Parts: sequence; C-alpha cells; structure tokens
Amino acid sequence: MADTALQLGIVGAYMIVALAVGAVAYRLTDRTAEDYYLASRTLGTVVLLFTTFATLLSAFTFFGGPNLAFSAGPEWILVMGLMDGIIFAVLWYVLGYKQWLVGKRHGYVTLGEMLGDRFGSTALRVVVAGVSLVWLFPYVMLQQKGAGQAIVGLTNGAVPFWVGAGGITLFMILYVALSGMRGVAWTDTLQGLFMLSLIWVAVAWVLSAVGGAGEATALLASEEPAFVGLGGGLYTPQYIISTAVSIAFGVTMFPQINQRFFAAGSKKVLKRTFALWPVLVLLLFVPAFMLGAWAAGLGITVPEGGNVIPALLGEYTPTWFTALVIAGAMAAMMSSSDSMLLSGSSYLTRDLYRPLTGRSDASDEATDRREALVARIGVVIFATLSFVSSLYTPGTLVQIGDTAFSGFAQLTVPVALALYWQGTTRSGMYAGVIGSQVFYGLHVFPVLSTLGGLVGLDVALPTAYLGWTPGIVGILVGLVLTVGVSLVTAPAATENRTAYAVTGIESD
Amino acid sequence: MSTVRAAGWTVVALVLMALAVPWFLWDTSTIAAGLPVWLWWHIGWMVLASVVFAVFARTDWGLGVEEVR
Repeated sequence: MADTALQLGIVGAYMIVALAVGAVAYRLTDRTAEDYYLASRTLGTVVLLFTTFATLLSAFTFFGGPNLAFSAGPEWILVMGLMDGIIFAVLWYVLGYKQWLVGKRHGYVTLGEMLGDRFGSTALRVVVAGVSLVWLFPYVMLQQKGAGQAIVGLTNGAVPFWVGAGGITLFMILYVALSGMRGVAWTDTLQGLFMLSLIWVAVAWVLSAVGGAGEATALLASEEPAFVGLGGGLYTPQYIISTAVSIAFGVTMFPQINQRFFAAGSKKVLKRTFALWPVLVLLLFVPAFMLGAWAAGLGITVPEGGNVIPALLGEYTPTWFTALVIAGAMAAMMSSSDSMLLSGSSYLTRDLYRPLTGRSDASDEATDRREALVARIGVVIFATLSFVSSLYTPGTLVQIGDTAFSGFAQLTVPVALALYWQGTTRSGMYAGVIGSQVFYGLHVFPVLSTLGGLVGLDVALPTAYLGWTPGIVGILVGLVLTVGVSLVTAPAATENRTAYAVTGIESD
Repeated sequence: MSTVRAAGWTVVALVLMALAVPWFLWDTSTIAAGLPVWLWWHIGWMVLASVVFAVFARTDWGLGVEEVR
C-alpha cells in the first residue's frame, strides 16, 4: 500500500510539473489562432525536434513495441528505424518542407485549408478534416488505453483501469484548453528529454544486474534462438516493408505531425531537425525494444493484459524507479494526446465548423472567441467519447494503432500529387482521397460481411494481397485513382493551380 | 544540372531506405559485442543516414521542392 502511494505520488508530481509548464506558456500565448495552433510559426530546432519526437513517443514506444519484441523478437527496431528514421525524414523534406513554404506564403494552419484553397473546394477541405478526425479517434483511444493499463500494471490492480484512462483524459483536456501549441511543444521537449534519459538509465540498471549486454543477449539466444536471428515468425520482408511504409506515410498525415510542418521557425530549423532525426530515432527505440527482447531471455512473466517493461523493471529496479518510468510513459502518452487534441480541434473549428456554418476565414475578435469555445467543447466531447470507447474496445495496442496509421497513410499520395503535380484536378483529389479510404475502410470494418450476411451471402475481403496489407494496397489504389481521374478530367474553374508554386527565396 | 543532382539524391534516398534493413543478413544470428550483427548494421546505417542528411541539408537543400512550377 505504501508502494502504491509512492508510485501514485511520483506520477502525480510529474503531471503537476507538466501543468506548470503549460501555465507559463499560457501566459505567453495570445489568443490568435496562428499563435494558439502554431506558436506563430516560431519553433526552434530543439523544440521542433522534440515536439515532433515526443508526439511520436506514445504508448507504443513503451508498451506495445517492447511487448512485440518480447513475444516476437527485436526486429521492430528495424521497422521503426526504416519508417521513422529514414522514410519519414525523406517525407519531412519532400512534403514537410514544401508544406512549410506553401503554408508560410498563404497562411495555412491546417492540411484541409491548404488543399481546399488550391482546389477551390470547401467540400474537399471538409472531407480531409473529417477523414483525419475519424482516424484520430482510435489513436487518442490508444493513448487512454495505454494510460489505464500503465496504472493497473504499476499498482497491481489496486487502482482500476478507468481511473488511469480517465485521469489522463481529464488532464489532457485541461492541458489543451489551457495552453496552445507553445505549451504543448515545451512540455514535449521536457518529456522527450526525460523519457530518453530514463530509458537509458533503465537499460543500464537492468544490464548491470544481469552482467552486461553480452550476457543478456546470450540468455536470449539460448532461450529464444529465433529472436536473435533476423526475420522469422511474425517478421517477413512484406511485413517489415508494409508496416514501415504504411506507418511512415500515416505519421506524415497525422494532424499533430502534419501541423508541425507549418510551425517551424525557419529553414535552418527544418534542416537541422531533418539531419538529427535518424539518430534520435535510434537513441529511443534501440534501448526500449531491446529491453523487451532481453526480458524474454530473463524469464520475465507478464501478467494477462499487462506490459513487459513494467514487469521487467519491477524485477530489477526499485519501486520508485519503475514508478518514474511509468510516469514518463504516461507523460509520453499525454504529449501525444494533447498534441492530437490540439490539432484535432483546429481541424474541427477551421475545416468543419467554419464551412458547415457558412462562416468565412476572415476573423475578428468575436469569431475568435466563439471558435475558441467551439474548439474546447469539441475537445471535451472527442476526448470523452474516446475515453468511453477505451473502456470497451477489445484489441491490443498495436492493432488499434496500426488501423489508424494505415488510415492516415491513404491521404499521403493524393497530398503529395497535389503539392507537386499541377495536373492534379479537383475530381482527381476526390477520387483518390475518398476511393482509397473506402477501399481501406471496407477491409478494416466488417461492412461487406455484415451486408452479405443480411442477404445470406458469405462475403469476405482478403486480409492480404500476396502478403501485402490492405493499407499498402489502398495507397496504390489512391495513386491510381488520383492520377487516372486527374488525367481524364479538366480542372474546375475555381481551382488555383499555381497556389503551390513557391520559391525558397521568399521564405528566407 | 539540377535534374542530374535531383536524380542522384533520389537514388541516395532509395539506397538509404533499401538497406536500413540488412536483407543480406536474413536468418543470420551471429552476435557481436552483445548485440546481433544485424542490429549493429542498422545502428551504423542510421548514423550514416544522419550524416548524409546533414550533407544534403548543407549542399542541395531546396532541390526539387523550391522553384517548382
């Protein structure tokens, strides 16, 4: 019981520090949308690097990923490195830098705004924002589920799941309502540095207890020989490539990541972040996932529905340290969630509320105030709904996460074409965006089998095409549809085809 | 000239992606210095990627993105 009090004390203290940072940022934030959502496009290298990084730091990094390494081997490190370290970095340049230039020139705050303006289509703006919010939902839920599980694991069930999940929900609502992008970015930096240090201390602690990395890996090799070899079991080349590509493409279109493309302070910031990215990914995922893999050689038993990292740390490190790591992991989930909610609320107010209520983009003080209210109400409803579903939805963290990532990934190709190919037409965008979503959606949700069941038919879509996931095939469907339809349709009269023609000079 | 450079950097990017996973070490379970060799390859490769990205950012940043019609 004393342990539980100590653990909860540490988690609580951490949350309060984070809240204090938010409060300071709040005092520095003026209430314009550009400042609230983008910190007035002023983020510097360290803050942009860590806020993007911390947004990626999620329940998966500390729970889902190490669990996979524990049960299937550490090859997920390669998936993360390839997807996050390299493919995402390339997309950072190709899509991110371009979006930054375009956004700076036209003052865009959201992806939907950017596309809607170019294609002269409010409907496209609404569709893109709607699709994004749909996929954001399961991912926010993933974080809440992670927090609930973390607290259950930490206290051995003394504190029930809903308290952990509910606590983080309440906290992130408070946080987003209070501080904007600046506060989120600052706490992200704090949390990113904190988590990174903590995970390395955890590795040092566990390894010194078992006699070094050589010893730990040797134990793993004797216990689970297949884990040490590359590939095998879960890991096929198709699996590694499909997962890496769909997640990298997905990450790019996540509202909270995509919006960061607009928030960089200067070209120099984007350059530095780009170059540091692979190393930062390496520094985080190698220790986190190796801990999970080593645990398999150390005979750690993970309780039903629990996670391997807390179980391992519980075995080798003092209670307070385990609590600190759990606090850090919860912080990571929060930093993902608050960013998601903040970006989600900008999509909601700017791309759904404004067009659907017939309001223009011109804003004055009264509209700003009203929209700020709409944004906050939206955040409360969204977070509450995802909290409620986190209590009921089955499925492991990885499955939930993967659904969302692949859903977002369907947007990447149409957006890239729009940015670089002037021949892209409005109809092409509709076809590509909606077509790929329908294709992927039909594979994720049992719509066809339910409809088929109604008329007594046994309809089932394949779960893979020659080993490739529907997420990957959907991306190709999006490519074919966008290009094909653009080629056979003429641009609409209201399209602004040169909106994205920007030079580097004007941005300096 | 810039087309050639763009093509060159595209190839570099593709190679960086293609070999982030050491496919040629598939099924190999040799351990060196406490970690599987395929993991060492990956670690080295990611550091290399950072260096290559830094060189790109210094020399040809903007290529293919700026001044596109």
